[in-house]
Amino acid sequence: MELLDLYRLMYRIRRFEERVERLFLAGKIPGFVHLYIGQEAVAVGVLAHYRPGDYLTSTHRGHGHALAVGVDPKAMMAELFGRAPGICQGKGGSMHLFDADRGMLGANGIVAGGIPIAVGAGLGLRVLGREGVVFCFFGDGALGRGVLHEGLNLAALWRLPVLFVLENNRYASTTGFAESHAFRVPALVTAYGVPYLEADGTDVEQVYGATAELLSGIRMGRGPAFLEAHTYRFKGHYVGDPERYRSRQEVEEARRRDPLANARGKLLASGVAQKELEDLEREEEELLEEAVAFAERSPWPDPEEALTDLFAEPVGDYPWGEG
Amino acid sequence: MREITFAEATREAMEEEMARDPRVFLMGEDIAKQGGIFGQFKGLPERFGLERVRDTPISEPTLVGAALGAALVGARPVLDIHFADFLLLAMDELANQAASIRYMSGGKLRVPLVIRAPDGAIRSAGAHHSKSLEALFLHLPGFKVVAPATPKDAKGLLKSAIRSEDPVLYLEHKALYPRKGPVPEEEYLVPLGRAEVIRPGRDLTLISYSLTLHKALEAAELLAGEGVQAEVVDLKTLYPLDWDTLLASVERTGRAVVAHEGWRFLGPGAEIAATLEERLWEKLKAPVARVGAAHVPIPFSPPLEHRVLPQVEDILKAAKEVLAWR
Repeated sequence: MELLDLYRLMYRIRRFEERVERLFLAGKIPGFVHLYIGQEAVAVGVLAHYRPGDYLTSTHRGHGHALAVGVDPKAMMAELFGRAPGICQGKGGSMHLFDADRGMLGANGIVAGGIPIAVGAGLGLRVLGREGVVFCFFGDGALGRGVLHEGLNLAALWRLPVLFVLENNRYASTTGFAESHAFRVPALVTAYGVPYLEADGTDVEQVYGATAELLSGIRMGRGPAFLEAHTYRFKGHYVGDPERYRSRQEVEEARRRDPLANARGKLLASGVAQKELEDLEREEEELLEEAVAFAERSPWPDPEEALTDLFAEPVGDYPWGEG
Repeated sequence: MREITFAEATREAMEEEMARDPRVFLMGEDIAKQGGIFGQFKGLPERFGLERVRDTPISEPTLVGAALGAALVGARPVLDIHFADFLLLAMDELANQAASIRYMSGGKLRVPLVIRAPDGAIRSAGAHHSKSLEALFLHLPGFKVVAPATPKDAKGLLKSAIRSEDPVLYLEHKALYPRKGPVPEEEYLVPLGRAEVIRPGRDLTLISYSLTLHKALEAAELLAGEGVQAEVVDLKTLYPLDWDTLLASVERTGRAVVAHEGWRFLGPGAEIAATLEERLWEKLKAPVARVGAAHVPIPFSPPLEHRVLPQVEDILKAAKEVLAWR
């Protein structure tokens, strides 16, 4: 994939998220919102390798993964608004985005909640004799959860086609990584015999390259691999976070290594015309304006829809309605 | 009709379904090499191989989550949880993930997942190997819950559970495994969500399931000796509950006792009693009685364990109290 295509998706995520922040603060998006701004190069660099038949699991900070894998921004924005044509008909929301057509097995409101599901998706592919890999995204907060350790063990034991992607943005909510973990990540991963690579998560080409290297082993049936992308979230843990756990100076320094500006600079240096980038950016702005307008004009779901979709098969007649 | 054990009936169900559908696979602790702690997996690895009958590490949260993930991509996992008490280790994966994922996706995902969980008290296993936890999973929206009492239903319900497109929690009382009963040679299914009147009677309805059903049948026999005709309803599936069968029976008899081994306080009997009273208030001749475990962990010492668990005498006593109302 060309850097220009990667840049387009990173730009889409950045500007989608900026709109989400504004709309949330304006009271148009209900719930909690966790923005992906600053981490775009990770989702885009990894998921550029997504092929139909692959799967992914995401996190509470999942908008970037969804957009990078090609979820329709209109249906996604409508979901964030809680509207009827949302990708989950308004039953999921920001932390529970699913898209069966793109193998998206969910953002997840539980830290590390997607890890066992990803391992199982890999197991399912194995049992069914299907090609495909599972991209399993999680943050550094997930390193404290037992399911990460169990999942690494099981995936390694059974050589399952899972790429574990740690987005180390240095904070689990407000707690720094070193304050809450006694181990070094490479030591943990290699203890399970799982190949480990790290990448500068502000450099989309580096993430792309490291992913390619790890994936070639997975697609050949050698079992799981682990990518640690060092990244930083420019915004708070959630919209409204007072951010008392880090200094303004630290954030300013990190922002100087902006993955979007980095990619744009490289494109210009490689001879891509300014005009070409501006045209691309304008197309993305139009797409996103359309997504917001679509969400705003979409109807709320019928309240009775709340009682549907629990089961795939009917559960019989409940004359009084609710179970 | 031939007679086989409950454990053998479940083994046959899995064997038939695995032969019928290559997407079905089994995993759990001690199932492949050892054949399951109650022999309920014996012979299956030899026939289907270790890809489809998998011994696992002791990692309940990841096993439940992995079974869910496998179901989401189109496989049909049957996960054995060794002892139902260990379900509690995996509550995030059960409650936040497996039960909710289809709903949260707006109905786009399917979760054809079966979790087998041997429950109930047997031979002083103590507080960590004796619980009956169905009430927890009935309270959480998103699980179908079955609890067979006989080998015939054990087989037919397990086959239906494996064919279901939804998560099914299959609760099997450990004391039932060696019990024999008639099981047809030819293939059959027992549908999810159907209760059955297994002993007709006109004076009161005894409602139960799983091991306690057999205690209710004993109580009915003792009542018959005293000239009381007790009807016995086997619920078989606890969610979705077959209200039609239940309401029809209690409407006829006007008196009911619900008995189960789960704790009485806020147990399934509480919901059933409340619903019967809401729906049949004017037809009832007595308040609906509930029989269940006392509100303590299941104790170790045999006389203590006996005291806490519902016994035939407890069902008999409740029935007599219900019959005493005029």
